[in-house]
Amino acid sequence: MQEILETSLLAAVAVLAAVLRIIGQRPKSGMTKKQKVMLWRILAASLVLLALQALGAAAFGRLGPAGRWVRLACYLADYAVIGHDILKKAFRGIRNGQVFDENFLMAVATIGALALAVYEDGDYLESIAVMLFYQVGEWFQSYAVGRSRRNISDLMDIRPDYANVEQDGRLERVDPDEVAVGTVIVVQPGEKVPIDGVVTEGSSALNTAALTGESLPRDVGEGDEIISGCINMTGVLKLRTTKEFGESTVSKILDLVENASSRKSKSEDFISRFARIYTPAVCGAALALAILPPLVRVLGMGLDAGWETWIYRALTFLVASCPCALVISIPLSFFAGIGGASKAGVLVKGSNYLELLSRTRTVVFDKTGTLTRGVFEVSGIHHSQLEDGELLEYAALAESASSHPISRSLQRACGKELDRSRVADIREIGGEGVTAAVDGHAVAAGNDKLMDRLGIPYVPCRGVGTIIHMAIDGQYMGHILISDVVKPTSKQAIRALKAAGVRRTVMLTGDAGAVAEHVAAELGVDQVYSQLLPADKVEKVEALLAGQGEREKLAFVGDGINDAPVLSRADIGIAMGALGSDAAIEAADVVLMDDDPMKIAKAIKISRKCLGIVYQNIVFAIGIKLACLLLVALGLASMWLAVFADVGVMILAVLNAIRALFVKDL
Amino acid sequence: MKKTYRIDVDCANCANKMEEAARKTAGVAAATVNFMALKMIVEFDEGQDPRAVMEQVRKNCKRVEDDCEIFL
Repeated sequence: MQEILETSLLAAVAVLAAVLRIIGQRPKSGMTKKQKVMLWRILAASLVLLALQALGAAAFGRLGPAGRWVRLACYLADYAVIGHDILKKAFRGIRNGQVFDENFLMAVATIGALALAVYEDGDYLESIAVMLFYQVGEWFQSYAVGRSRRNISDLMDIRPDYANVEQDGRLERVDPDEVAVGTVIVVQPGEKVPIDGVVTEGSSALNTAALTGESLPRDVGEGDEIISGCINMTGVLKLRTTKEFGESTVSKILDLVENASSRKSKSEDFISRFARIYTPAVCGAALALAILPPLVRVLGMGLDAGWETWIYRALTFLVASCPCALVISIPLSFFAGIGGASKAGVLVKGSNYLELLSRTRTVVFDKTGTLTRGVFEVSGIHHSQLEDGELLEYAALAESASSHPISRSLQRACGKELDRSRVADIREIGGEGVTAAVDGHAVAAGNDKLMDRLGIPYVPCRGVGTIIHMAIDGQYMGHILISDVVKPTSKQAIRALKAAGVRRTVMLTGDAGAVAEHVAAELGVDQVYSQLLPADKVEKVEALLAGQGEREKLAFVGDGINDAPVLSRADIGIAMGALGSDAAIEAADVVLMDDDPMKIAKAIKISRKCLGIVYQNIVFAIGIKLACLLLVALGLASMWLAVFADVGVMILAVLNAIRALFVKDL
Repeated sequence: MKKTYRIDVDCANCANKMEEAARKTAGVAAATVNFMALKMIVEFDEGQDPRAVMEQVRKNCKRVEDDCEIFL
């Protein structure tokens, strides 16, 4: 029975290797040369092994006393075919003082088993088969890792290879690195935008999917700033570059992604520390298993020592103990998680942040730019004594010297080119507003305080937002309401965060209490702190940090403008809509490529899934390992079972790790 | 100065060995190997010639792991 099983297993391996080798012929399979060579070795070794088994010991017996050694030589040759690289690596490890690794375990176990077999003139098959199956497992693992690595790198394939520069009326492809700031470059349909710049000619739709995960194309025309890494879809664009390649968005992002997995998470640290202690420990345990029980039997119980049995068990113990499943699957899970996240437009700067993100219980928002668009818009003109347009024009002119968002929104709402020469004598009154002379009229534009000070009666506004009262020549002329617009997905995002396990949402803002309360109530935010200066925000976050449990983490979400100190102070700083904002990319730990607040919940869900997989793998792999080791020590498992447990756990763990890549439906 | 090099290596453990070997090389201030991205990021000491240092890094890596490669 056992023999049939062994033979069919060997046959299965041979068939598998042959099939894979044929698949490997297709260029699409992506097998490396090394993997193809390995397949040949597996195929050859399993066929030779089958042949030797079919011949059996009896065939060699006919050769007389030399037959035993001829048989051994045949098996040894087969062993060399399949295992020579493992032996070499184990040897090199010993020479370099790094003795304990999986190569060492396999080498000692199989050589030991061979030596036992020689001593007994028995079953060489087992140790060679163990090596064979181990190699099959290694092959599968290297292929799976290579495949997923390629998948993930393809996702992040945003590096442009060249830039088109017009020279003497002809387009020349040059290295993006060599393009100076201010050069005009041409981007044709289907090409990647190589360097950040401003459109000087042409209009087109840009595909930003590789950067933001957003599938809807973005329309751009003359005067628009565009960022590198987008793909030009429809029309020819001419851009004047505003940055060097090294400073461009695409370089920053690549840099960030490439460095991401160098920041190791606690789980990864745990595994590498675990492996460092574990391997010497199991070697010690195996040694004890080989020596102690026979000694006890001889000295303590007066029985036969049974050295062969116990040495065999110790060797099996070594095979079963191989920690590959853990060592490979944990970093792979994180890598896949980070890769999946960047596909969804969420850049995570390191596996440690992915880990922290999964433990987020409090999310603190900076209101402007995250929950609201951060774009102030004129949302109403009330009680106007003039034409609305005329009132707006006066207001815009009076505020024309300021670059404050409010004045810009007035200018935008006014919609025409302002003639600055009509304005004179502008005086800004901090915290109140401005007064100016427009076309010779004394114009005052500002809040309640300004009107009070000028002694002009005004009509209070019931709307929520920033109110600009207008007075011309001392006469009240009505007011303009300017408010920040809440993003359409903000409310849904807060709900999604709660569903993802966030217990508390907090909003921080520099706005007045009424505005803040209104927005908070509308969105369903738990707590709100208003009228904060940037420095107060750091203090508030520190207070919130102090008030939370050890394992709970706090994430701060900002738009990267003025909040870099808070971003770095929080457990996890999340910058959103950060494309193009270098300070935010620097300071944040997680960068959301677009400004959709739904992405925050998505990022947390991705991290949860990834960490879930990591824990599954740790528990699963260590659990099965321990169970196997116990079975082996009790003599209930053979070396066959041990190698199957090892390879099987590894394959399952690797497959599970790859699941972290799929985040689309989260 | 920091530079990134493309590498080729088979297993995570081998990548760790390379990282250690690179760190121990004279002229290297810090080195990280990113096995998943197959990249080695090396920070050089002040005033070192990256080319010469990397030759040595490659030699040291080859000694601990002979089927690895650093593309200089």
